[in-house]
Amino acid sequence: MWIDEEGYSLRSQPYQAPGTRYQVPENALMTWSVSTLARAHDIIARYPQRRSAVMPLLYIAMREDGRLTDDGMRQVADLTGLTPAQIQSVASFYVMYKTEAQGKYLVSVCSSISCFLLGGDDVLHAVEQAAGVPAGEADDVIGVEHAECIGACGGAPACLVNFELVEGLTPEKAGEMIEWLRNATPEVINADELQTLFGGRRSFDWAIKEENGAIGPYPAFPPFGTAAQNTTALEPGRVGPPVGGKVPPPSGGGRGAEV
Amino acid sequence: MTYPLVLFRRMTDHPADSHSIDRYLETGGYEQARVALGQTRDELVELVKSSGLIGRGGAGFSAGLKWSFLAPARPAYLVVNGDESEPGTFKDRQLLERDPHQMIEGMIIAAVANEVHEAFIYIRGEYPKPARRVQQAVADAYERGYLGSDVMGSGYHLDITVHLGAGAYICGEETALLNSLEGRRGEPRLKPPFFPAAKGLYMLPTIVNNVETISNLPHIVERGIDWYKGLGHDVDTGTFLFSISGHVKRPGNYELPHGITWRELIYDVAGGIRDDNELKAWVPGGASAPWFIPSEHLDIQITKSVTDSSGSMLGSGAVIVMDETTDMVAAAERLVRFFAEESCGQCTPCREGTTWLDMILRRMLDGGGRAVDLDLLYDVSDNISVGVGWPPKQTTICPLGPSAVSAVKSLLDYFRDEAEAHIARANRVPLTIKGGGA
Repeated sequence: MWIDEEGYSLRSQPYQAPGTRYQVPENALMTWSVSTLARAHDIIARYPQRRSAVMPLLYIAMREDGRLTDDGMRQVADLTGLTPAQIQSVASFYVMYKTEAQGKYLVSVCSSISCFLLGGDDVLHAVEQAAGVPAGEADDVIGVEHAECIGACGGAPACLVNFELVEGLTPEKAGEMIEWLRNATPEVINADELQTLFGGRRSFDWAIKEENGAIGPYPAFPPFGTAAQNTTALEPGRVGPPVGGKVPPPSGGGRGAEV
Repeated sequence: MTYPLVLFRRMTDHPADSHSIDRYLETGGYEQARVALGQTRDELVELVKSSGLIGRGGAGFSAGLKWSFLAPARPAYLVVNGDESEPGTFKDRQLLERDPHQMIEGMIIAAVANEVHEAFIYIRGEYPKPARRVQQAVADAYERGYLGSDVMGSGYHLDITVHLGAGAYICGEETALLNSLEGRRGEPRLKPPFFPAAKGLYMLPTIVNNVETISNLPHIVERGIDWYKGLGHDVDTGTFLFSISGHVKRPGNYELPHGITWRELIYDVAGGIRDDNELKAWVPGGASAPWFIPSEHLDIQITKSVTDSSGSMLGSGAVIVMDETTDMVAAAERLVRFFAEESCGQCTPCREGTTWLDMILRRMLDGGGRAVDLDLLYDVSDNISVGVGWPPKQTTICPLGPSAVSAVKSLLDYFRDEAEAHIARANRVPLTIKGGGA
């Protein structure tokens, strides 16, 4: 590995010098809406270096198009000053960035050791049967995949629907859940609702019911959009705690003044 | 037998709102951050060092020592590792979801101790709900002046950003996590030269601590070294969070002192084996740890040193219990498959070796096992981790590859007869030469 005099790695692009301004290229074709771009700029502003925003921006791109498209990756490249190839290299590394359509609901059934010991494979087969979709594929409504450990070992077997958790499943309940998703087609996937309808033993007491939930096959996290966020559009240029949880540092602070 | 609760105290006493800032403040919250703001780096590093706090992420390294290695260059960064992905582990999920302010207060203490003004919490992508709770807690802390440009009126400046991963176990390895946080592929960096304390995030000094480690800090500042040591056993100070799963009657997260025995943990705390079956084996510290068996290990004490000298590790505290009905070849295959899927692909022994191990084990399960397979398993393991010993030798940049060997080594050490039985029952079609004529 090559390192320059300042200890910076030269693997792909030089580290951004503090205070460097980056301008989105003028010829960049921005197809995202104004509010999405505002959201993207809000995320970029949270990191000391622009490149760090690649992962959250990839989620934004998924939300825009329902999956990760070439256009979405190009937008992320233009916003971060990287090449589309660099963005694709990152996107292809992480399993949660999906370049193929996953349907409206992505069901990820855990098949790691603790779930396996308690019948996780039977749950996966039941989901495949009920959905009529083999693991790794999707139709217009439901996508099915096997997942590696999702951190619900105390409530095994478990699965995620649009990354919202259901614990203590049985093959029967899992099948019913797929039927319900197909017939009721809920707009919002809420973990507490799913758990009440189809779940069983939990890893621990969830205690508080939450209204918020997922609106697509990507994690429901405020910067990328959740059910609650969807109703209150982000105002352009807004910064501060309610969305970002971050106050801009005082002028002359430790961070590079990046725009 | 009940044990004192520390990290789980608030969520046990106030289950309905232990995550809210109002409850946190009502139960003494953020007072220890105020204390820390009045102390120097040396005082705080010394406090944590002499408390004996061991990092709870799995590697078992002294947290105070890690802090003391931080290079003098500034800015420096603090990164909390919430990429909990080790099979069997779900303790951090509970801490993040049920008591996020405890961790944020710990972050303020760690930031002051290391002169850090910018901190990140890296939470695995499969945990959006815990991430939402933490995000809300961070926003509340900003609003009340516990974070931001003037922390609690002290003039100290601290920003915290929540970063969501995207489904890669390897990002739990600290240098891979930093690459990921920089917007790169989550591939581990070489150590040396890329020790985070010297060349971490953006090649600047960086402290990476686990969620549980950080959550311990407010309690250490509040009640002191002697109290904290008194909770533990000998050099293993404090309490320890165990995630118990598999064939037990009461799986879950338990906060316990070090020094109890495995028998107490499995039979008393976790209620024993389901249907009162026989215990066959258990994984004592996450999928990377070699297994323990009842005839040898049931009555040994659970401490870091005893576990290490018995040929395994406490790791992240994930205990996976397997009863008599378990097919150990299938269990080993499932553990190895995890590492094969999660290998980042940088190092050949790991990328190819874990895949080979998985294919051989699956062949045995599918009835195609061959007489040479056990030797082959050992040989491939030996190529990933020379000598197939404990602690494992490393041929790779990070310990992921050698971790996959643990399950194979355990299978060959303790359940060789079962593996041989799989091979003996194999329905091999006699080798014939097709289209040979005559």
